[in-house]
Amino acid sequence: MTYLETLPAWIAIPVAFFLVLGATLTLLGAIGLARLQSFYDRLHAPTLGTSWGAAGILLASMILVSWTEGRAVLHELVIGIFLMVTTPVTLMFLGRAALHRDRIEGTPGIPGAVERSDVPIGPVSPPEGETAFADPAEAPGEG
Amino acid sequence: MSAFIMSAALSYAQIALALAACLGGFRLLYGPRAQDRVLGLDTFYVTAMLLFVVTGIRVGSPFFFEAAMVIGVLGFVATVSLAKFLIRGEVIE
Amino acid sequence: MTRLFPHPLLTAALTLVWLLLTSFSLGHLILGAVVAALASRAFAAIEPERVKVRSPKSLVKLFFIVGLDIIRSNYAVARLILTGGQHGKRRSGFVEIPLQLRDPAPLALLSMIVTATPGTAWVEYDEETGTLLLHVFDMIETDDWVKLIAIRYETLLLEAFPR
Repeated sequence: MTYLETLPAWIAIPVAFFLVLGATLTLLGAIGLARLQSFYDRLHAPTLGTSWGAAGILLASMILVSWTEGRAVLHELVIGIFLMVTTPVTLMFLGRAALHRDRIEGTPGIPGAVERSDVPIGPVSPPEGETAFADPAEAPGEG
Repeated sequence: MSAFIMSAALSYAQIALALAACLGGFRLLYGPRAQDRVLGLDTFYVTAMLLFVVTGIRVGSPFFFEAAMVIGVLGFVATVSLAKFLIRGEVIE
Repeated sequence: MTRLFPHPLLTAALTLVWLLLTSFSLGHLILGAVVAALASRAFAAIEPERVKVRSPKSLVKLFFIVGLDIIRSNYAVARLILTGGQHGKRRSGFVEIPLQLRDPAPLALLSMIVTATPGTAWVEYDEETGTLLLHVFDMIETDDWVKLIAIRYETLLLEAFPR
């Protein structure tokens, strides 16, 4: 706590602002994760934490460390870039995994596997009398 | 003055992030389905990483930053492999 | 030159990351450049095709547009989590968007944009038909989402990366 006492106010205020902003957004994302009802809704909640939640805290750290070191310290950018690159991968995988599992179980309200390009644009519900496995390769195996 | 602002903001950020990590852990433990648990794990490691960065600011030590980066890399690999298992583990190929 | 540096952008980015993680000095610049060159040569064995950016200007424009959109949708989703959850007004759903993009690099960029923006989640992309399945947190108008992705992002991406 010692080195923070010598901080001028014009550094302390933006750092505190970004810290509070980032922590609040991350907390809101986590609250959404705990409170929302369906899995696909919950898929959106952590992106609050990984977009501006992380960016706020990393910006605060960047400003503060740059001031105390007396030079531009930007290595927080590496964490930021890493998060930017990896979050789509994890969320895409999770979304696909959830879709795959829901299609196998035949959960209602889940769009079937895309096969043609002339499918109507918009929220699709599986047509009556047709199973969700439009693609035979996606159906559970025979044995 | 600035010491007070900083300590208040840091305390708030630490508490909020710890709470967020707890909520992620809640999904990890009670999530109704496997994909919810993996999503909870994802949130948990991201918030833990941010908590390490904030603790590093408070203590003033660069080692927390390195730890945060290791958490980030390992958490990513863990989540991706778990999600991949959810896709492949179910289907008889 | 191309044989020595198969992926010049990747080499430059890796050198920059090396410098960010250590310190800016001539020794680290040389060491980082050597490591980055070796790493990009190793990467060329996996992915030989080189990514070409035709107009960096539209990429910069896209960057600012996306930055603004991320701030806006952060606010919108945070407000919805706080208020809209219990009133039941919010309706989420799937949207199918036909894409013209086919190359992996702009598609990867588009997936980063879509995922980094709270409120939209990339669920599935079908390679044959080029249809993208999105999940949208707050569905106002289906056409608005198609327009947002197709006009706001896709045209710029098509400009930036040659077919």
